Amino acid sequence: MKPRPSSLAFAALGLAAAGFAATFVDAALLRDRGAAQLAERGALAERLGLTDLALFTEARYTRHPSQADLHSAFQDHPLALEHFPTGSLLPPPASLVSHHERLDRKAASPD
Amino acid sequence: MNAWIEKQRHLIDFTLASLARRRTKNLGLLLVYTLLVFVLASVALYTHALRQEAAQVLKNSPEVVLQRMVAGRHDLIPPGYLERIGRIRGVQTIEGRLWGYYYDPVVKANYTFMAPASEAVKPGTLVVGPAVARSRGLAPGNTISFRAYSGKLFAFTVAGVLPHASELVSADLVLMGEADFRAFFEYPAGHHTDIALSVANPLEVRTVAAKLAAALPDSRPILREEVLRTYASVFDWREGLMLALLSAAILAFAILAWEKASGLSAEEKREIGILKAIGWETGDVIKMKLWEGGLVSLTAFLVGFVAAYVQVFRFGAPLFEPVLKGWAVLYPRFELVPAIDGLQVATLFFFTVFPYMAAVLVPIWRAAITDPDAAMRS
Repeated sequence: MKPRPSSLAFAALGLAAAGFAATFVDAALLRDRGAAQLAERGALAERLGLTDLALFTEARYTRHPSQADLHSAFQDHPLALEHFPTGSLLPPPASLVSHHERLDRKAASPD
Repeated sequence: MNAWIEKQRHLIDFTLASLARRRTKNLGLLLVYTLLVFVLASVALYTHALRQEAAQVLKNSPEVVLQRMVAGRHDLIPPGYLERIGRIRGVQTIEGRLWGYYYDPVVKANYTFMAPASEAVKPGTLVVGPAVARSRGLAPGNTISFRAYSGKLFAFTVAGVLPHASELVSADLVLMGEADFRAFFEYPAGHHTDIALSVANPLEVRTVAAKLAAALPDSRPILREEVLRTYASVFDWREGLMLALLSAAILAFAILAWEKASGLSAEEKREIGILKAIGWETGDVIKMKLWEGGLVSLTAFLVGFVAAYVQVFRFGAPLFEPVLKGWAVLYPRFELVPAIDGLQVATLFFFTVFPYMAAVLVPIWRAAITDPDAAMRS
């Protein structure tokens, strides 16, 4: 007997739903497998006091975006054009989006 | 209950037969719909995993890093600063750090040279990061020479290579002893690159940072939470950039889906008219179309999401990797640890499945309440 179209549709949808659920199981398994390596990365960062990921090594302000000065990324001189491709993919200078604490405001200004 | 299920199954059978009559058009729509979910889910999964990775790895980075600024630029910490900071209450440990950049003209890449206080590297030896070892073909025991910025040539023996598992943070690192570092960069005695410090009470980090800024007005404290926020914003920015690039495709699909779902063809209108004329109720017609929208959108969502997961975490996201990770001459090789954010998946589901269902429902309701005679004649 030929199966009804609805049975086929439900079977296909069930299969897709099982695949969807399997992604969560697979993610948990991969997380377990990668936990030791993740801990190793964290431990090295802690031991050496690392502050940044080694993703973009072409310039100092892309290698250590969290340590770059407030004028990054266009910091070579005022109005300097960006040299590196990463620069165009990095966010605007942190000072413009208030990501830094305004600690300097708390310092007493000299007379 | 059984009768209700049987009725729904008949409606689905009918819907599928109706979809099969316009097979090419509907399959095309399903394919484009699945592709859209695939692209959006890939971007969301990848950036979330990267954000999580950065947060996990850097959660134990120094609590406060203190830089000295001269004319708006990062400058060396002169002797005496460490003692002055030691007098500030709340500061637990202070460590003057030594690190800098070195451009290697051989591979045209920048390395990060570092003299770690926590690790004793013997004089005349180096411990190199995995990407440095790969690009220069180094193994423990090899000798490598670098020409310092002063012009002098320095030869070092490679004592070890940092583990591959740590490549994400150590790809370009070159660790050396303090004496070698000072000699190589001609660092004046007693000077440091910056200062890393820890605070006894984590709640007081901001207070201590404010005290540091007041005591040393030329300094700039960088808190750990700022470091973590920087990375969150870097990947948010990239995700946004990718989505901005994709927005044209999303809009194109929205127009296609709206046109397909809302603009009923004359053939579909006639079909509804005939169904009503042979006794179908308005509710039945709407249910049938709801099943159609539900089946199409749910299939597209599930298949698109699973394909995105496999692409990102099983094949290393070859389609989006360069934009989302960035690139450099020395590039770390790493496998992302999967992290799926339930809320993100729910949001994706809501914004891909529901608009399509709504687009299907409104015109069909309008067509279903018209007179069968008028519907067949139009």
